[in-house]
Amino acid sequence: MRPTAPLILAATLAATAGLTSCGGGSGSDPDTVKVVYNRSTDNKIRFKDNHLAEVKKQFEKANPGKKVKLVPIQAQDNDYATKVQQMMRSPKTAPDLVYEDTFRINSDIKAGYLRPLDSYLAKWKTWDQFVDTAKAAAKAEDGKTYGVPDGTDTRGLWFNKKIFAKAGLPADWSPKNWDDILKAARTIKRKVPGVTPLNTYTGKAPGETSVMQSFEMLLYGTGEAGGNPLYDPGAKKWVTGGKGFQDALSFLRTVYSEKLGPDISDALDPNVGTTVFSEWLPEGKLAIALDGSWLGQNWLKTGGKPWPEWSKTLGQAPMPTQNGQAPGKVSMSGGWTWAITAKSKNPDLAWKFIQQLQTKENAVTWDIVDAQIAVRKDVAQDPKYTSSMPGITFFTGLVKYTHYRPTTPVYPQVSTAIGEAMEAATTGDASPEKAAKSYDDQLTSIADGATVAASGQG
Amino acid sequence: MATVTKVAAAPTETPARPGPRRGRPLRWLPLAPATVMLLLFLGGPIAYCVYIAFTNMQLTGASSTDFVGLDNFQRAFGDDDFRNAVVLTLVFTLLSSLVGQNTLGLALAALMQRASRPVRTLTGSIVIAAWVVPEIVAGFLLYAFFRREGTLNALLDGLGLPSQNWLYTLPILAVSFANVWRGTAFSMLVYSAALSEIPKEITEAAEVDGAGGMSRFWHITLPMIRRSIGTNLMLNTLQTLSVFGLIWAMTRGGPGNRSQTLPVFMYDQAFNKSLIGYGTAVALLLLLVGALFSLVYLRLMREEV
Repeated sequence: MRPTAPLILAATLAATAGLTSCGGGSGSDPDTVKVVYNRSTDNKIRFKDNHLAEVKKQFEKANPGKKVKLVPIQAQDNDYATKVQQMMRSPKTAPDLVYEDTFRINSDIKAGYLRPLDSYLAKWKTWDQFVDTAKAAAKAEDGKTYGVPDGTDTRGLWFNKKIFAKAGLPADWSPKNWDDILKAARTIKRKVPGVTPLNTYTGKAPGETSVMQSFEMLLYGTGEAGGNPLYDPGAKKWVTGGKGFQDALSFLRTVYSEKLGPDISDALDPNVGTTVFSEWLPEGKLAIALDGSWLGQNWLKTGGKPWPEWSKTLGQAPMPTQNGQAPGKVSMSGGWTWAITAKSKNPDLAWKFIQQLQTKENAVTWDIVDAQIAVRKDVAQDPKYTSSMPGITFFTGLVKYTHYRPTTPVYPQVSTAIGEAMEAATTGDASPEKAAKSYDDQLTSIADGATVAASGQG
Repeated sequence: MATVTKVAAAPTETPARPGPRRGRPLRWLPLAPATVMLLLFLGGPIAYCVYIAFTNMQLTGASSTDFVGLDNFQRAFGDDDFRNAVVLTLVFTLLSSLVGQNTLGLALAALMQRASRPVRTLTGSIVIAAWVVPEIVAGFLLYAFFRREGTLNALLDGLGLPSQNWLYTLPILAVSFANVWRGTAFSMLVYSAALSEIPKEITEAAEVDGAGGMSRFWHITLPMIRRSIGTNLMLNTLQTLSVFGLIWAMTRGGPGNRSQTLPVFMYDQAFNKSLIGYGTAVALLLLLVGALFSLVYLRLMREEV
């Protein structure tokens, strides 16, 4: 047994090293704000870095002797979150300021990683400029606010007018229900071979991209207006996979089984999101994309894939509800916030940096370079913003119809379960009913039994 | 991932020394600092891992950590995905380590014994090159090879054969093949060393007695390198059990969970679902699988011919 013991130990370490890894942190310095943010995995895209570097310069000039240390983390969203959560676990490695997706912030608040900002917000005039939905984005179950949002986004259908012309479809296409989308896709498949008619993200690999951009855009368009198909905030219960849930899965199943979507192995590729805006759309390989308001930023001169003709080639249409029932249109919104960590040694200085980020000029600039939808009234009216990008008024107009994801700590786990249901239904490994059933089982364990059956949906 | 580069000598039955053995505690003194270091940096984290496996620690979404006893283990045994991961891990290990790397490595080593020097050098360097490439790079290389628009299908198209979409239809086969491609060099090196140890006289004597190539291999070569086979199998298996980067880069455990072996499952539970406690419990179970394999090999090596 002697020589094998070290081997077994080595294997143990190999198997568990990842679970206990804990980097050595630099000691914190009272005059330095450590800012952690996500850097795009596309090396050509650096506008966030440039913007933050600019704000850092302003901040250091305005506060002599104080420094800002920018810590970019270049990773996919899931990996970025994991890394930041690990950093926030220890006072040695905790940054002062983190860029947090609203989708995870409640989970991190519950874990005790962040600190409430109410005392700062109370003295901050600019807070009145934020619209109410944005203020609520980082509000926890305890009623306190933990983050300052810097923009939001909406989602809709992008379509290629040139391909539409070839297929004999109108340039002002505006589908009234799900069937209209499928009809258009089938027409394109018939008349324009070699082109992917419709992309709706699916499966686990793209992560929240699939769940929000595709599944929830479908789900929130089912049932009655004002319904809560995913989570009932009044009862504080999660809604099990009812008819709307299964219909949304069936829609995806239809898209992929009729080969109206991309090849399934491409769809399940974790990098499919990048492929859509950097290859398929600019190269005219994709006719309709259910995607986010920010796509245009990639095609600007400063973007990762400059494409001057994009605004002439692409049209936008709102995502319709399932059968065209009121309100007729549907959109989902997310967004990111700046939050101060619980273990931060310099919360006051970190707050100062948030204020610097949110001067009106900086807020306008940021929403423009990151193609965000404004969450501040003064920014939304700024002519620089309203004229910054073709389509920005269209996507800003969807804010009226938009839905926000449930702001509960377990949402990320629910999202993972939805991704699995999508993948099972899309690949045909399970029928929509069976996929919904296994979602229910997972949901019950995630929500500790706090679930409620879906209400009757027409 | 740690790659074990030192080949441990096969354990031998040490015959009892004549005379009573006197324990000399002082002999341990020079080893003390190293032992303390090992306990601190190796034993500590392992002990911590064992502790976490019995808690409900989460990466996010819960602020407190409670001791939950055997809950995580019970959950694992009732979890379809876990069972699926165990099966896939066994398939992956059997295919790529036991059958693939081991057999191919032995075949290469045996063939290279007879080959001329330039052929040997060339083959050796190609095989070893695949091994030297970092795991994640190998993963991307093979992803590019198996992809729908990848090299493999371009080759098949060129030959007029139907194209395959392995990463989607049979992902576990694709990753197993990738692991064979990457890990064969190690077995080849071990067996080359073992084969060169066989005294020429014995094989020549067998040849004179009229034994054919196959029977020489079966009756002389294999028994003589039995210990190396055992050692190699063990190292190979332990390495293969913990392969993560290769699978992550190629398929991320998908589509569905058709290539989700235990390490990928573990990562998914601990970091995507934030269930660190559960993920660690699965890591301990993986360790158990490795230990079981090792025990089997040790028994095999101990048997006298």
